[in-house]
Amino acid sequence: MARLLSIFVLLVFVLHVASESTGEVVEQINGEEFTEELLFRPLPDRKVLSHFHFESKVPPTNSYGHHHRLFPKAIYQLVHKYRIREMELSFTQGRWNYESWGGFDPVSSSNAKPPGVELWAVFDVSADQVDASWKNLTHTLSGLFCASINFLESSTTYSAPDWSFRPLSSNLRYGSLPREAVCTENLTPWLKLLPCRDKSGLSSLMDRPSIYRGFYHSQRLHLTSGEFDPMASDHGIVLEQTLTVVLQPDALETRGRKLQPNWSMSSLFGKTVDGKCALAKSSNVYVQLEGSLVHNMKDEGDEGLESNLNFEFSISPDRIMKEVNSFHREHSSILYGFSIKDHHSKPFDLGFKWNLPVTWSCVKAPLRVSRFLMGSGNERGAIALSLQSTEWSQSLPKVDHNEEKCRLKVDVFQVVPWYIKVYYHTAKVYVDGVPQSFGDAIEKLSVSPSEDKVSPGVMEMSLKLPCDLKSASLTLEFDKGFLHIDEYPPDANQGFDIPSAIISYPDFQTCMQYKQDNASIKSPMVSKMQEKRKILSYTEVLLVPLTTPDFSMPYNVITITCTVFALYFGSLMNALRRRVGEEERLLKEKDKKSGKLPSLFSKLSAKLRGKPWDPPSSSSSSKFISSKTAALVNILILNCLGVNVMNLIEKAASILGKKLERTKFVKMLFGTDFEN
Amino acid sequence: MASTPEIEGQKQKHRPIIRIGIFIIAHSLLVSVVCCVAGVLALFLLPVLAKKTYISENALMPGSASSMISDQDVSGATRFINELNSLKSKSQNSGIEIPRLIALHMANMGGEVSYHKFQTQQNNFHPLHFFTSPNAEANFVNKTCESFAINTIGIIRAPRGDGKESIVLVTPYNPLNLSQTEALSLGIAYSAFSLLTQVSWLAKDIIWLAADSQYGQYNSVAAWLRHYHSPSFDTCHESNLDSTVSVSVSVSDSFRRAGTMAAALVIKVADTSEEFEQDSLNIYAEASNGQMPNLDLINIASYLAVHGQGFRVRVEKFMSLVDATWLKVIGHVFEFVGKIARSLNPQWKFGVSVKEYVEGSATLVSSLYNQALGVPTGSHGAFRDYQVDAITMEISPKLSSISKSRQTEFLFRGGSLIEGVIRSVNNLLEKFHQSFFLYLLTSSNRFISVGVYMIPFLLLVAPLPIAAASLFSDANNSKNPPSTSFKSWRWLHPTKTVFLIHLWGAIVSLLPYFTYQIPDANPTSRLLTWISLSIFALIVLRSFFRSYSEWTLLKSVTVSASFVGLCLMSVINFATAEIGAMFLVPMCLMIRPWRVAGKIQSFFSFVLIVFGFPGSGFFVVRGLFGIENGSGFDEFWYWVESLWAWNSATYIYICLVHLPCWVLCIYILLHRC
Repeated sequence: MARLLSIFVLLVFVLHVASESTGEVVEQINGEEFTEELLFRPLPDRKVLSHFHFESKVPPTNSYGHHHRLFPKAIYQLVHKYRIREMELSFTQGRWNYESWGGFDPVSSSNAKPPGVELWAVFDVSADQVDASWKNLTHTLSGLFCASINFLESSTTYSAPDWSFRPLSSNLRYGSLPREAVCTENLTPWLKLLPCRDKSGLSSLMDRPSIYRGFYHSQRLHLTSGEFDPMASDHGIVLEQTLTVVLQPDALETRGRKLQPNWSMSSLFGKTVDGKCALAKSSNVYVQLEGSLVHNMKDEGDEGLESNLNFEFSISPDRIMKEVNSFHREHSSILYGFSIKDHHSKPFDLGFKWNLPVTWSCVKAPLRVSRFLMGSGNERGAIALSLQSTEWSQSLPKVDHNEEKCRLKVDVFQVVPWYIKVYYHTAKVYVDGVPQSFGDAIEKLSVSPSEDKVSPGVMEMSLKLPCDLKSASLTLEFDKGFLHIDEYPPDANQGFDIPSAIISYPDFQTCMQYKQDNASIKSPMVSKMQEKRKILSYTEVLLVPLTTPDFSMPYNVITITCTVFALYFGSLMNALRRRVGEEERLLKEKDKKSGKLPSLFSKLSAKLRGKPWDPPSSSSSSKFISSKTAALVNILILNCLGVNVMNLIEKAASILGKKLERTKFVKMLFGTDFEN
Repeated sequence: MASTPEIEGQKQKHRPIIRIGIFIIAHSLLVSVVCCVAGVLALFLLPVLAKKTYISENALMPGSASSMISDQDVSGATRFINELNSLKSKSQNSGIEIPRLIALHMANMGGEVSYHKFQTQQNNFHPLHFFTSPNAEANFVNKTCESFAINTIGIIRAPRGDGKESIVLVTPYNPLNLSQTEALSLGIAYSAFSLLTQVSWLAKDIIWLAADSQYGQYNSVAAWLRHYHSPSFDTCHESNLDSTVSVSVSVSDSFRRAGTMAAALVIKVADTSEEFEQDSLNIYAEASNGQMPNLDLINIASYLAVHGQGFRVRVEKFMSLVDATWLKVIGHVFEFVGKIARSLNPQWKFGVSVKEYVEGSATLVSSLYNQALGVPTGSHGAFRDYQVDAITMEISPKLSSISKSRQTEFLFRGGSLIEGVIRSVNNLLEKFHQSFFLYLLTSSNRFISVGVYMIPFLLLVAPLPIAAASLFSDANNSKNPPSTSFKSWRWLHPTKTVFLIHLWGAIVSLLPYFTYQIPDANPTSRLLTWISLSIFALIVLRSFFRSYSEWTLLKSVTVSASFVGLCLMSVINFATAEIGAMFLVPMCLMIRPWRVAGKIQSFFSFVLIVFGFPGSGFFVVRGLFGIENGSGFDEFWYWVESLWAWNSATYIYICLVHLPCWVLCIYILLHRC
């Protein structure tokens, strides 16, 4: 009976699950949500930016429970285990071109990342447990994403910025790995977090060869959780996954002038979308035209937004959104929205065609930032950060409302590994070539100097620069340190990386307010754009060549130790076995019956020097070793010594020739760079 | 030691190693002669001992990919050359049009373009410049915006690279008077650049520096490098350059950089007067103070030139030595010895043909001379100051006048050679470190590493400490020690003399700074002022000497001082030390007071002293190696001037080691015993 009952219960359960799983597709359960969006934006240098944006949401556990339908379990467990409040992980290949792809708009400000891996996280644990949580988190993520994020575990690689990276951030840890290679092995686990993976929906566009062929590739995972915050109890976990790719469509060339290329989804990715992901709440594609582009097109005469002579879409847009209260003047960008229905009949392939040639430039960040190394030689150097005005900052008012001189605030956050020993007191700020006093140029400065093999050097600096500056630069001198032989990476001769510095402009916030004609459709990506956020930009990664030892050195050490031992034991034996009286007696005997050869030799030498020949009784050169055993020992030692010395000479020659650059010697001796 | 009494000798029991030392010192004369002869012989043997070069770093993989350069790139380059030529033929030429044209083409190809304006720096001799690092703040000095030259820089950003490293291409040209060869070298760089903008395999950024060489090829590159490694503030913004550039080009007004440099190639086209059956490639590598780029860089360039493009690769050599009969005789001897050696054992790969030997020695001598001079052989020398490996590749077409079709082929081959080298360097993850830095070349594919070429020097220098020790012991055992109480301190007096003479040498090395203060003087008068001031200083210092009777101690200290000086110099610039040792060692060993020595010995000493004087030595070296020399003092003055202008350590060596030793030798020769 009991068995029958159990079978019945099982049957009912199975039926229930089956019905639920079919029903779920149709009706969206108000708890979890998944949306997929894709943004295209033509770039001024004939490339196209494609930005995938996936968002998964789950309500808080207290009201919703532990079981999820859409939200990835791995992330949920991660958040709970390490009590993460906010976290961002990005994998990037290539460099974001701040000059031609823009540095002011929300997309570039939040998706332009430094090459390699960047990870930061805010934990909701007590301050003494943050480091432990961080270490565990890096290991977990490393396993989850098939990347060497676990190298961020070591305290020499991460730092805890106070205020320059994010305002009022306690319990925040930041680390980056500039040398991490990014490839499809990192993308696959990332795709696994999506409910449809790359089988259907927008993510099916992600053809690996085409997305890795691009000029910039950045996959990002950002999550915020309100799980541990009693204030925001209705805010669960939000997982935002973005993939930003800059692709170059096949360009047209007419009469030597390169024109803006036409493109479509199939030409960019070699694939089309069959339909939306069945689990997604909404699936939208947007095309964004920048303000200056819209402005430039207007000059060529058109009336409405709907019909534009300059370009056309292969599919008519479902909605058009115009930017309101644009920060800069009359340029307001336009967003064309297309929603993907669940139509299986016809694949969705959005095409964009230019009818008239147009050129424009995007909105740049307030300053153009570049960082480089100064000096030469293996001993010391300097890091220089150069800030140059762009058209944008040139348009700033020279004088404020309160008749005060307008000041541009720039925050710099820089982490330097410990073997680059930065002397922070040597910081110098130049504005337009004129050295500035510290108080004039620096508003706030917090520095934590590096500690050898324990922690990196962290500098957070808030600069206030005059708005009418042309260029400014900040220099910091450093000494190059020495590493222990097993601290060198396998490719030590490449040099060592200094991770990107982060430049932010706290006075300016990027945000694009779009007037939506259809308020019912809420797009997470558009609302993300409407959020106010600080403008961030990353500088280049620097490569510092350090002195590297000859890695065959252990061999030399062995030979030299052997030589020292041989000498030591030789002299010890000599001292122990020597019996002076005995030796003298033996010598005397030897002298009496000295052979013909020594006398002949001394005769010869005397002749050579042109001096009368002394009889061989004065015997400075005819001493023989007393006992047989001592002779044997001595011969052995001499042999050993000889071999070692030969080895040493050989090695020394090879070291001189191959491994050591003579420059170092010359530098040391002359202390000059032989310039002119 | 032979004179030591018997009892003493029995009481002092020495270890074998000390006994060997004593024995060698006792036979110092024989040892000196044998070592010197062996040293000179080993030097002549070097071309025979040269090894074949090989590519040491596997990652370079030269020639593993087929050339991708297309007709489109080459036809673009041809069009570019035609435009340059048509610009040249136009009447007025202010030196701005050509940089502008280059910038236009760079930008059209997709490079990031910027200008670098710089002014020439006078070659002022600063006595302390040797010992201080150049001031980075020097860039902030307000300059007049009058006469400046313009370097044009185009940068290709590697599409998927992280921008940490870069490879530099340099094409020097004179915008005021563009020659056909310069136009061709720009064309070759154009074809390579045009290809590199399209390829996807770039891991390092590419910088093309079209260097304005109106103030000298080296100066333009050095100015750019200085700017690259220091913060820049363009104090004078000339708008006439940017505003008139055609509308579609965006030339950034700020200085652009692209990471740490991995390697640099200077591309030049030679003006060939003679006709060869093949296009040829000349490689120049010597940087300041005899520093050489890594051998791998030369290897890949010559490998690709020979195997990829069928160029004939040549390294600079002294042409006069190729026809020298005495060298041929030596060559015959070595060939004969080699034959005997091979007949004894076929495994011994000893011996070269006469032609090979003569060519090898001519190249070796040129290599030694260029390293010893310490003056870079081209604008690649500027890179070495920043630890960047760089070579000059001078391509010479087989015909002096190039026809249209020939030009296309030439551009094609030059472009693919550059492409190959860049691709190879691009493959390299680490900086050049695998192969040799210290070597001498005997041909483009043969080299002598430091382990071999230090042997002749060591043999030459080895007699010096032995002679010093033997003289010292002789002096101690002389019959009448003057003052018994200070017997062990007697060496202090000659040391003081030697120190004062070396101090005088230091003063002499600084004197040109003061002679430069004399307004508008001609070289001869400057040289005479220098000499007279030096003699005056010597006379002043002479008053501090105390004359004493012992010349052996003085010679001993002199010999040790010259030994120390030569050894120090061998670390800084080996070639200088080697040539210096050839002059200094026989002179130091031979010299004796003419009253003590026989007539023949004094005569030889006198001859050696005459040749040992740096000035006459200069003319002897020039005459021997067949360098066309002008006449008189001017030539010598200009030579000295060039030495300090290039911060050559040779100048320091001559003033601080060679000249004092020479003076001391004269002092010993004239010593009254």
